[in-house]
Amino acid sequence: MTALLPTRHDEAWHYSDIAAVAAAWPLPAPENIIVPAGGHYARTIVQDTGSIHQIDVAIGKDATAAVHVLNIGGEYGRVELNVTLHEGADFKLGGVQIGGNAQTLEIITTVTHAEPKATSSQIVRSVLADTATGTYLGKIAVARDAQLTDSEQSVKAMLLDRSATANAKPELEIYADDVKCAHGCAIGELDPMGLFYLQARGLSPADAKKLMLQAFVAGVFEGAGDEEMLTEAALKKLGELV
Amino acid sequence: MLQITNLHANVGDKPILKGLTLSLNAGEIHAIMGPNGAGKSTLGYVLSGRPGYEVTEGEVTFNGQNLLDLEPHERAAAGCFLGFQYPVEIPGVSNVQFLREALNAQRKNRNEAPLSGAEFLKVAREQATALGMDMDMLKRPVNVGFSGGEKKRNEMVQMGIINPALAILDETDSGLDIDALRIVGDGINRIMRRPDKAVLLITHYQRLLDYVKPDFVHVLADGRITRSGGPELALELERDGYKELAA
Repeated sequence: MTALLPTRHDEAWHYSDIAAVAAAWPLPAPENIIVPAGGHYARTIVQDTGSIHQIDVAIGKDATAAVHVLNIGGEYGRVELNVTLHEGADFKLGGVQIGGNAQTLEIITTVTHAEPKATSSQIVRSVLADTATGTYLGKIAVARDAQLTDSEQSVKAMLLDRSATANAKPELEIYADDVKCAHGCAIGELDPMGLFYLQARGLSPADAKKLMLQAFVAGVFEGAGDEEMLTEAALKKLGELV
Repeated sequence: MLQITNLHANVGDKPILKGLTLSLNAGEIHAIMGPNGAGKSTLGYVLSGRPGYEVTEGEVTFNGQNLLDLEPHERAAAGCFLGFQYPVEIPGVSNVQFLREALNAQRKNRNEAPLSGAEFLKVAREQATALGMDMDMLKRPVNVGFSGGEKKRNEMVQMGIINPALAILDETDSGLDIDALRIVGDGINRIMRRPDKAVLLITHYQRLLDYVKPDFVHVLADGRITRSGGPELALELERDGYKELAA
């Protein structure tokens, strides 16, 4: 845990709402999860009140962990995951953040492949309106002997207004030489021709937008135990933005 | 049913339609033919309210209502259907979900009760079968990975499900092979050839008109209707070209 209040010079807090961080400071110690060898761990985090979540997850040999995040509430919401993978372990993250007004929402991950043959996959989708800011910082560290690492990141953000901001920073730190690390990132706006097509078939402008945004976040919560609850909450929030 | 009077429209700053007048009655099928760049697609987009297509003069009434005052979705609910020349791909949204939402939005706008999932699927299955499309395609994302012909066929399935009073079909025949052309032509006749419906068929070629017999044929050139006639006009155009007749 950082003892001093972070500033914008700290990379992991560069885009944060520092005043909101100061109000919550000092933060409690991060939650600590240890998944034993061969074990399975699943977790759903719904950040809907404006809070900071810091979670350390150590995934043992051949164990798996799946985390689904819906980051939608409060002035400032941050979900920070610090994941360490041991041999043959697997980590999956499906994250959606949806912000309007002046909300600042962040998902920050550090995924360390400490040993060989571990796999990790992260999908993050952000929808941002008004003057909201959505940030994803995703660091992947591959240790020297973590050969045959297979890791991927897919990060997309949709801006509903020109005044909204999306930040995305994938960061790879690789010391092994036989690894696969794929990452893709795109920031865009809704396709105006698609919106017109939907409206020409009878959907109102708001419903047309909502349907396209629903498609944009679809799939992220696939396989989550709370898939239905997460999808419903995401749709409700999308409905407030369009 | 549809009355277009002295319609002028710009795309950006460029005038495309320059005083177009046209009248469609219920029970009629009109074909609009014309060379590239004459304003055929612009007419379809103006009638359905695409943003960026600005009417600068003239009026359009649909069943006595000022069509130009309505938003695109309100025009759809009023009974206008635009068949797109290039149907849009929408990844992640299934055809079935999209069409059910669209149909029920239109019904809501007309103060009709929404169709249940089962009722909707029955209608969808009927239309898909009639157009030789299997239900699996209807469950796929809208137009994603569809061939040109499949997209056009999908437009016709949509038209069958929505069952509009007026269909404006923008080059529905382009990109179709001979078999698909016949299927699409049969679809237009089956769905729209009714005493209470009308069709505006925008096309380059005579060949679709072999399947869908128009009552009237118009030549659109340089933003205006330059000639109108019966079905024989289409044959004349095919033989002599637009240059001769558009002048």
